[in-house]
Amino acid sequence: MMSNRITTTINGQSVTKEVEGRTTLSTFLREDMNLTGTHIGCDTSGCGACTVLLDGKAVKSCTILAAQVDGSEVKTIEGLAQNGQLHPLQAAFKEKHGLQCGFCTPGMIMLAVDFLESNPSPSEDEIRHALEGNFCRCTGYHNIVESIKHAAENMSGVPA
Amino acid sequence: MSFIGKSIKRVEDKRFITGKGKYTDDIKLVGMTHAHMVRSPYAHARVTKIDTQAAKDHEGVVAVFVGSDIEGIAGVPTGWQVNFKNGDTMKEPPHPLLIRDNVRHVGDAIAVVIAETKEIARDAADLVEVEYDVLDAVSDPKEAVKEGAPQVHPDAPNNICFDWALGNPVEDVDAALASAHHVTSLDFVNNRVVPNAMEPRSAIGHYDETRDHYTLYTSTQNPHLIRLLLCAFVLGIPEHKVRIVSHDVGGGFGSKIFHYTEEALMVWVSKQIKRPVKWTSDRSEAFMTDAHGRDHVTSAQMGFDENGKIVALKADTYANLGAYLATFAPAVPTYLHGTLLQGLYTTPLINVNVTAVFTNTNSVDAYRGAGRPEATYLLERLIDLGSLEMGMDPAEVRRLNFIPAFDGVNQPGYQTQVALQYDSGDYKPVLERALQMVGYEDFRAEQAKSSSNGKLLGIGFSTYIEACGIAPSAVVGALGARAGLFESAQVRVQPTGKVSVYTGSHSHGQGHETTFVQVVADKLGIPMEDVDLVHGDSDAVAFGMGTYGSRSLAVGGSAIVKSIDKILEKGAKIAAHKLEASVDDLEYAEGKWTVKGTDKSIAFGDVSLTAYVPHDYPEGLEPGLDFSSFYDPANFTYPFGCHIAIVEVDKETGKVKLKRFIAVDDVGNVINPMIVDGQIHGGLAQGIGQALHEGTIYDESGQLINGSYMDYTMPRADDLPSFEIDRTVTPCPHNPLGVKGAGEAGCIGSTPAVVNAVIDALWKGGHQVKDIRMPLTSERVWEAMNN
Repeated sequence: MMSNRITTTINGQSVTKEVEGRTTLSTFLREDMNLTGTHIGCDTSGCGACTVLLDGKAVKSCTILAAQVDGSEVKTIEGLAQNGQLHPLQAAFKEKHGLQCGFCTPGMIMLAVDFLESNPSPSEDEIRHALEGNFCRCTGYHNIVESIKHAAENMSGVPA
Repeated sequence: MSFIGKSIKRVEDKRFITGKGKYTDDIKLVGMTHAHMVRSPYAHARVTKIDTQAAKDHEGVVAVFVGSDIEGIAGVPTGWQVNFKNGDTMKEPPHPLLIRDNVRHVGDAIAVVIAETKEIARDAADLVEVEYDVLDAVSDPKEAVKEGAPQVHPDAPNNICFDWALGNPVEDVDAALASAHHVTSLDFVNNRVVPNAMEPRSAIGHYDETRDHYTLYTSTQNPHLIRLLLCAFVLGIPEHKVRIVSHDVGGGFGSKIFHYTEEALMVWVSKQIKRPVKWTSDRSEAFMTDAHGRDHVTSAQMGFDENGKIVALKADTYANLGAYLATFAPAVPTYLHGTLLQGLYTTPLINVNVTAVFTNTNSVDAYRGAGRPEATYLLERLIDLGSLEMGMDPAEVRRLNFIPAFDGVNQPGYQTQVALQYDSGDYKPVLERALQMVGYEDFRAEQAKSSSNGKLLGIGFSTYIEACGIAPSAVVGALGARAGLFESAQVRVQPTGKVSVYTGSHSHGQGHETTFVQVVADKLGIPMEDVDLVHGDSDAVAFGMGTYGSRSLAVGGSAIVKSIDKILEKGAKIAAHKLEASVDDLEYAEGKWTVKGTDKSIAFGDVSLTAYVPHDYPEGLEPGLDFSSFYDPANFTYPFGCHIAIVEVDKETGKVKLKRFIAVDDVGNVINPMIVDGQIHGGLAQGIGQALHEGTIYDESGQLINGSYMDYTMPRADDLPSFEIDRTVTPCPHNPLGVKGAGEAGCIGSTPAVVNAVIDALWKGGHQVKDIRMPLTSERVWEAMNN
């Protein structure tokens, strides 16, 4: 199997690794980097549990090859809290009970980080539309929407 | 310190929001190998040849096993036995870990490849050559019982697993229907849905040769039950040699109750190769092998008198059990379905008949609600349709038929015609509150005007009851359960007064680490930080029956309360000794024992320390402060509620928009309102999903043609409105917390409310349609309006 040497920044740390050409970013993060907070919930890029930030944009990491992230910056759920301080979205998910089993949560939060960057004060419809590519089976989305609203309120006026 | 009834933020959230949850697939063991299953692409075929040589020769492959390698192991059993009406034993064909002769559904496992990496295992699995003699398949339960239908198992003629009936004599019911003022008849399908817990199942088998000991890490809702089945019924390993670990589990919804073949297989394989082995399902495998839910084909009749009072109900259901019996499968269409057909109504005559059928499909078993959603769908569709047919208000017809309020203390429980005795209930208030939230009169006025803009507005009701807190062991034993359904709890007070609680309940999203700790901290009057909850490890927790059937708090929580009572009883003896007072003179509050009417007191922590440093100690009293309890409930619990859906149907396209959803539920006392609300929300989305979006599609060859997220429609955030919910509180009279359980309510009540709303919209638009098959896609609704 052909391998590729990649150098990438993951959660602020530079990493150089050999990866198989077919290895997805999600598998690379979980198996090679032991960052198991990125979850794999399907095999058709449908569920969004594996969402991470690639150069600041939310992507489904099961749809990106590890070889493609050479020279890029990846942020996963493990890298979101800074200096022991939860990101406002992490805090909001706890505050508003936006998670139950927790499996979809990292993907939901990473997606929402990108979403609120581009739309800092979204309407409920906009939030629901933004969540279209991420499945949650526990919450009925109700409190995920509330969490994102709450985070948007808390983040407003605070430079990103 | 009072914690009960407060929306305390969840203790467990921190690890999940920081990516530190520990799901089974996150675990890596030294020397661990990876398994990939070779599965049948055919629904029904004789396997004529399996050649594994090329796979075995592939670099990095550790072993390949087929069914003939697993000698002397019959397969996984079912946990419930329901016999034929004539007394004959139900048909119980084996479910082998790997097939030996025929494959019986798409995804049936033929071989397992073990390799150094997951990728190699998958590559090598492609090299396993299997030859098939393809046979005709059947996937519909009513087709399967016809003469000449393909036979799934040779020893189950006409594919019938058992037949079963319950209720009043059928002649009496028939006579009442024949003389009824109006009879509403409905033939319908309760569609098969896929549970779709977001975490795919995963299992790691680890055999330790030095100790002759096995560990199974698995994503299960009930570790101890898995151990019991695995040891006593599948592999024949002594139970003390097996540890089951189920840390964080990413949702279950019933589908992770059952003991699956892959769990036993990973344990068995690990012993053969003397290395740990992990199997993690991908989503496609999950569609093929996680037990599905529902799948009933039903004919039902409800008779009314001239006032709208129900005089009789008759139901005849064909229940699809799939190719093999999963752990609770026989109970779901019978004791969890037929027994609920009284609903909230005083119906004097009820008869239900069920034929349980094998088909060439994946197993069907408990899915959130398990039988109770099917019963609710049956009842609530019929009463709403009956109201439409009689030109009566569906809310008024319900009021007329409600069982009068009873609290189960001053008034006895309500004895139904279908075996159950309801514990307590007050049904009108949930309906009235929901109507108030809807603004019912205003809505009807708005509805009358709506069709002019190309949209049809509809309102649908569902007033449901469920049987939860599963269950009294003696009762379920008499009904065919092969296990008791009690729960255990150990409360261990550490010498410093900190408390470790060990529960046999299992949290896979329910928030037990918060709710259970609230109960303990509240009862002991200590900070929540001083209490830790342990679950999901059979070595740590003495025993457990797990979490399903909305039972955790009602049964598991009650076991905890029993242990706390013992702690406080013994603690009082120590306190009395230290305070030089009589036990009868002490009262316990705010974490200390006080001599009544004085300021003499001793704190919980001091008593705890004394229990472990018993220098100055009551004579004859054992040291330590650590109690275990087993709680076997006296009855099921009976939550109930009223759900109302408001939909808008596009006259041109048939597209249904769910505009509002109102739910007023009564789940008894509530420990953490925030968590209970969350349980309701999630259940609603699943129930609404079944009504509008979800459903398996099998083609004629038995192929599941929507077995991925590209094809199977999961409810998404923008398919749903914000839910409007409220509750009433009718305490359970027979457990110490007065709780009834909240896990399934949302999923049980919501489905018929949505369908009823669409039917109501169509009737108001002049289309007197009795039924549309779920899910109510635009195409089906459009056809209903235009045919």
